[in-house]
Amino acid sequence: MQLIEERLRSLMLQSLAGDAAAYRVFLDELTTHLRSYLRRRLGALPDEVEDLLQELLLAVHNKRHTYGPKQPLTPWVQAIARYKLVDLLRRRSRRDVLTDPLDEDDQVFATTANDATEAQYDVAKLLRGLPDRQRLPILYVKIEGASVTDTAIRTGMSESAVKVGVHRGLKALAERIRSIE
Amino acid sequence: MKTEDLVSLLSTGAEAVDLRLPSRRWFLALAGGALIAFLLTAGLLKLNPALWHETSKPMFWVRESFCAVLGILGFTAVARLARPGLRLGLAPVGIAVAVIAMWVLAVMTLAAASPQDRARLILGHTAGACPFLIALVAAPLFAALLVVMRSLAPTRLRWAGAASGFAAGSIGALVYTLHCPELAPPFIGIWYLIGMLIPTAIGAWLGPSLLRW
Repeated sequence: MQLIEERLRSLMLQSLAGDAAAYRVFLDELTTHLRSYLRRRLGALPDEVEDLLQELLLAVHNKRHTYGPKQPLTPWVQAIARYKLVDLLRRRSRRDVLTDPLDEDDQVFATTANDATEAQYDVAKLLRGLPDRQRLPILYVKIEGASVTDTAIRTGMSESAVKVGVHRGLKALAERIRSIE
Repeated sequence: MKTEDLVSLLSTGAEAVDLRLPSRRWFLALAGGALIAFLLTAGLLKLNPALWHETSKPMFWVRESFCAVLGILGFTAVARLARPGLRLGLAPVGIAVAVIAMWVLAVMTLAAASPQDRARLILGHTAGACPFLIALVAAPLFAALLVVMRSLAPTRLRWAGAASGFAAGSIGALVYTLHCPELAPPFIGIWYLIGMLIPTAIGAWLGPSLLRW
């Protein structure tokens, strides 16, 4: 557990410093831990696992400025995961279908799961519903991998508008995922 | 979209994140909120004409310190509740200690006073209005703290709302002292505290719906 903490924390710190490759590794490893955790927690709702996993990844991404560099990383992720899980179950008002009550002992980082299933909603489809000033920056910068400068030229937006568009678009995406459920 | 595609989307072109962002937002909320609270106090309520004279009394500074300490502790709790995975720490204990200290001082004051003075020490001249005026002065701070709290990631929403209300109430009370002529410890220990607890209760009540993300 200590090893996972040290590894993920150092990846997170590199990511926050702007290392996109480290961020990808970080999110990949986080995905396997979270998937396995959600499968345990959502035993009676297996279809929800991949949905909530994607919602969680978006939450981690959108809220990564709330991670304090001196604070341990795994409790930070754990708190977000528990919050989103409880939020989902409350939204559904189906707490009765939980396999067992949320106990503090169940750790996100105890296990991993690599085999993905399909999410029920399609982030790509949700993306198409965003306004252009958010959709195009996400499409060019985040999906096609273009630079902010090139995107600014292609869209006629300013560079800061491109960055704001990505930022707000991903937040709007998280909102939309929540409101589906 | 598959999860791995989402991971790719999120990480592609990811830039450095400014980790001082939360502190900057808190600072703006506190400074802006306190400024509006001051304008409300000076404009709507008027500053206490005897303010300058009262700064020579020790109890003036006891009252200021009481509000300031509660404000600092309340805000410490607010800042911690806005980050996932942090424990609340000792702020609630500190708040309890400060309140009990004020109550001890209040009881001592009442015990030393002659019986016919006691009602005046408790009620002052403004007991009826004081809690509501503190809540009013605290309102802009409260709103500003809630806005920043929402932009961060509170995971215990009732606590986060209550702490925001308490921090706003205490700092609001500190600003309100510029208007308020009351200095008796029993008055401060009762009516000031109730004034701080009004936004606290509202925050605890509204937190779960206002702060969801």
